[in-house]
Amino acid sequence: MADTIKKEPLIRIAKRAERSNKQKLILRLLSVLLAICAGGIFILILGKNPFSYYAKMVKGAFIGKNAASPFMPFKETIKIMIPLLISSLGITLAFKMKFWNIGAEGQIIMGGIFASYFALYHYDMPHYLLFVVMFVAAMIGGGLYGIIPAFFKAKFDTNETLLTLMLNYIALYVIDWLTKGAWQDPESKGYPKIARFDLNAWLDSMGGVQIGWVIGLVLVVLVFIYLKYTKQGYEITVVSDSHATARYAGMSPSKIMIRTMFLSGAICGIAGMVQACGTEHTLSTSVAGGVGFTAIIVAWLANLNPFGILVVSFLFAVLEKGSTVVSSEFVLSPYCSDVLQGIILFFVLGCEFFIRYRFVTRGGRKND
Amino acid sequence: MSEEISAEIAVKCSGITKVFGSVVANDGIDLEVKYGEILALLGENGSGKTTLMNMLSGIYHPDKGNIYIAGKPEAINSPMDSIALGIGMIHQHFKLVEVFSAADNIVAGTKGKLRSKSVVRDEIKKISEQLGLEVDPDKKVYNMSVSEKQTVEILKVLYRGAKILILDEPTAVLTPQETEKLFNILRKMKAQGCAIIIITHKLGEVMDISDRVTILRKGKSVETVNTAETSEKQLTELMVGKAVELSIERPEPVNVKPILNVVDLTVKNTEGSIALDDVSFVINRGEILGVAGIAGSGQKELCETIAGLQKIEKGAVLYNKENIIGKTPKEIINLGISMSFIPEDRLGMGLIASVGMTDNMLLKTYKQGKLCFVDRKPARALSKELIEQLEIKTPSTELPVRMLSGGNVQKVLLGREIHSEPDLLITAYPVRGLDINSSYLIYSLLNEQKKKNTAVLFIGEDLDVLLELCDRIMVLCHGKITGICDAKKVTKEQVGMMMTGSTMEEVLGIG
Amino acid sequence: MTRLISFLAHAVYMGTPLLFGTVGEIQNEKAGHLNLGVEGTMAMGACAGFMIAYKTGSLWLSILAAFLMGALVSLIYAFLTITMMANQNVTGLTLTIFGTGLSNFIGEQMISASPTGNLKLPEGVMNSLKDIEIPLLSKIPVLGEVLFSQNIFTYLSIIIAVIMFIYLKKTKTGLNLRTIGENPAVADAVGINVVKYKYINVLIGGGICGIGGAFCSMVINGGVWMANSVNGLGWIAVALVIFAVWNPARAIYGAYIFGAFMVLKYYFPKDLGFTVPESFFDMLPYLVTALVLIITSVRKSRERSQPQSCGINYFREER
Repeated sequence: MADTIKKEPLIRIAKRAERSNKQKLILRLLSVLLAICAGGIFILILGKNPFSYYAKMVKGAFIGKNAASPFMPFKETIKIMIPLLISSLGITLAFKMKFWNIGAEGQIIMGGIFASYFALYHYDMPHYLLFVVMFVAAMIGGGLYGIIPAFFKAKFDTNETLLTLMLNYIALYVIDWLTKGAWQDPESKGYPKIARFDLNAWLDSMGGVQIGWVIGLVLVVLVFIYLKYTKQGYEITVVSDSHATARYAGMSPSKIMIRTMFLSGAICGIAGMVQACGTEHTLSTSVAGGVGFTAIIVAWLANLNPFGILVVSFLFAVLEKGSTVVSSEFVLSPYCSDVLQGIILFFVLGCEFFIRYRFVTRGGRKND
Repeated sequence: MSEEISAEIAVKCSGITKVFGSVVANDGIDLEVKYGEILALLGENGSGKTTLMNMLSGIYHPDKGNIYIAGKPEAINSPMDSIALGIGMIHQHFKLVEVFSAADNIVAGTKGKLRSKSVVRDEIKKISEQLGLEVDPDKKVYNMSVSEKQTVEILKVLYRGAKILILDEPTAVLTPQETEKLFNILRKMKAQGCAIIIITHKLGEVMDISDRVTILRKGKSVETVNTAETSEKQLTELMVGKAVELSIERPEPVNVKPILNVVDLTVKNTEGSIALDDVSFVINRGEILGVAGIAGSGQKELCETIAGLQKIEKGAVLYNKENIIGKTPKEIINLGISMSFIPEDRLGMGLIASVGMTDNMLLKTYKQGKLCFVDRKPARALSKELIEQLEIKTPSTELPVRMLSGGNVQKVLLGREIHSEPDLLITAYPVRGLDINSSYLIYSLLNEQKKKNTAVLFIGEDLDVLLELCDRIMVLCHGKITGICDAKKVTKEQVGMMMTGSTMEEVLGIG
Repeated sequence: MTRLISFLAHAVYMGTPLLFGTVGEIQNEKAGHLNLGVEGTMAMGACAGFMIAYKTGSLWLSILAAFLMGALVSLIYAFLTITMMANQNVTGLTLTIFGTGLSNFIGEQMISASPTGNLKLPEGVMNSLKDIEIPLLSKIPVLGEVLFSQNIFTYLSIIIAVIMFIYLKKTKTGLNLRTIGENPAVADAVGINVVKYKYINVLIGGGICGIGGAFCSMVINGGVWMANSVNGLGWIAVALVIFAVWNPARAIYGAYIFGAFMVLKYYFPKDLGFTVPESFFDMLPYLVTALVLIITSVRKSRERSQPQSCGINYFREER
């Protein structure tokens, strides 16, 4: 009776017991490491040395050649990080609720537009008052734009992924229209652009970088506390698990969905205001510039943990800034960083598998 | 070593072992069924019946052991292999595409080109006539009753020419009359030479339909007996592993007085059709009111309406002449009663599946406290208390409850609800999926509540249990009440007839 | 009248890439995979198609290349979502970022390698991309000019859509695929090889999207390489699937209606006494898509809705 089953497949998939948090972290780090290796192969295929490429990239994101201000690149890296960090935090609120808000791009734009109105037409307010007004306006702008898909999802179960996506493009053409029409710079001689903001509407800097980074750090802590310790955060957990359970507990899933999406959009709106008033000092169609999409990846990579988002968004900023520096040096297109980002995420997505499942080979059973 | 196995033996399993993680689901199981024979596979929930059958149908791979089909050793690696060997499985949860017609469901996955509708219709007709099955090939599955769906499942298997049929708890959702019809079909198939394995835990049915019984206990095959030579008592003992007292306690109700008066209640279900049709009855303190009915007769809507989760079309639920419909739980509590509801879908409605016990304890009380923060301390203490009191098996209060076994999940839910000391406890299928010991624990918890003068509404599916546990039984059919009777004075058959639409007057012959 | 005809013909022209994308995505969704990577898949098809045409001068090779490239990048998606059971939404989005990035990247590398500083398709390819008048059919008034005097891509897209319709509705394989999309556990239990079907259909669907991308880079931009040539069309295609209620035949006219929205700005009468801002016309396809999304969700229909298992990965031993 020793004859074992002959035709069993070579490899099959089996479910595994839940891994500990530490194991999960190690697995994720391992996958990032693998991804960097894969990215290295990509660079190798392009005929460049991956080691010097990565080395130059990291260095390029921190230290520049200009002896007078050697840390200029680092400051620019932080500037890249700010909107990414803030909008990732915004997205996290929605994603925690399993609401697939792909609309950060549009919410950033709306926040930017609302804030810019005051920067353009009411800049003569006292500086700090103006700041508060713009901040609140941006939150309202982004928040209202976030409510739209939440409302339809709650009412008709409209697919939020696609709706938020369309709203991104709609917002983009709203700016396009403002640039060509109502808000066009009268001194631009017909060139479609919006005037540069008055100095009074510029965000202050702290440590040589616009104050957005402080806002980002505060938001990291606030979002963390909100999700983990507040009643509203608890409600998000329940809604994400099951709407029926939420109703059973006397909650209104629709109300919670709309409220959470307002907050999600509002935080993304802040990112728009910070980008417009802190970095670009004007409003243009590139105010979001794909940050809303990258933010989704950042939030996912960080496993929706606000402190993780802080780390990942910084690393992404390093990747982006470093790529621009290194691509000019290596004569490569800056689109290279998109490709690297994609590769990294593919690997991390793949590694999630090993958290929940394992492969079983025909010979060695139960090998981990 | 290799033994000669007769080709008359349709299926022979020897030494089948299957391990999931650290759980041994099947441990060296032996089983044998001949062509032209009906074998009942008896065992408690969690004894490994379904796992074993899933290996025959190619969904799981055995870790050890051999399977012989028609006398030859075979490796079944996929459902394809299984079908090719002539094995057909009818799953407990129907494997049908809701938006397809019966014909499309029957044909999908078969070999050859897609034939015209009329050809398929004729083929289906031919098979159904042989066995006396009735089905409309063009009817969409979502428009079908449970028993129609089951007919489609059987046709699906026969269309593929299966000679070995496995039915996983086929009667769980059928009325006694439908069950009898199914059994007649099975007997005809047996006469035509099919081998049939029927999985069940209803002893009466085992005695009724099977030729032999194989009993599984904790993943092991403990015994195979000829049905003619055994008794329900012996089967139970084999199944549970010890002599068990099968009767359920029924304390005499004391201090019975009405708590809720349901008047002319009409409710629509999510699809917009009438689920409860002009229903009126009284729920009393100090007694257990059982609700019997075919699945989907309005039980779910009844529970959810009383628990305040459903919109109603008309009618009222009165507490001291005050309508509680439309009131929030808090307003209802202020009136002087508190309700607890144990829904049928424990993880999907009563609990938060992805978080631990602590956060689940908070579900109805998280709003307490003035600040906007959640206070988890009392919830953690309560979790610990329940783990001790109800012997809930969990390594920590923070392990996601979806990782717990069915019995423990129910204990968490019931524990939380009983802790709130309700005046009215609504339970929907509270023992579904639980083993016998857990089930009896639940029954005694309900009786305890009854003794505390709580009103208990018990939605059940096993008529034997309903008749033994409850004081009164209300029977629903298509959303209408066909009778409310004294549980001590009716028989199973009488309740069964009311479930299919006969009124109590017709059944009991009283005016 | 001629203005109307040229408007309609232009609508069909702009609807062509949408039709490819929509049909490809329908095939994906029928396999239970909501693939949000259409935009990236099309971008890669755009790149492969253009570059092969640029290098070889053969239209057919370039269409084949676009198809294969679409299938190849879909293989990443398929592997991650089917075998590794990764989240479909995030994987699709990543594919879009990756595909668009890589397409632009290759384009720029090629530009910097070319002596002229830009990439232009060879004369031969451009000639074979000219409109072809179908004998007889093109003589039908209005319809002939609108539908049967188009370039090769348009005809190909209609043929593919019709084949897809027949495949899904009239063949056993199509029935099996639909079973998988509705409920993979059912399909598995009746012996359909779920994984194989999913891979094949996701890959072919991706290939079809890839051809649509080639239209963007080779035809719309007049034979000169430009970055971001797909420019959001992939996303509209994803939304069009809903408009077409997962029916490739309905996708044909759905695509042309959306094509009409995209070109409306060129034909909108200017003498109405008021002007509509150009940005509004650019926004229109997206606005209409958003409205279509909302309207279809308001009118819920059981059969004309997304395949049930869409977005959920299948693992046989689950439960």
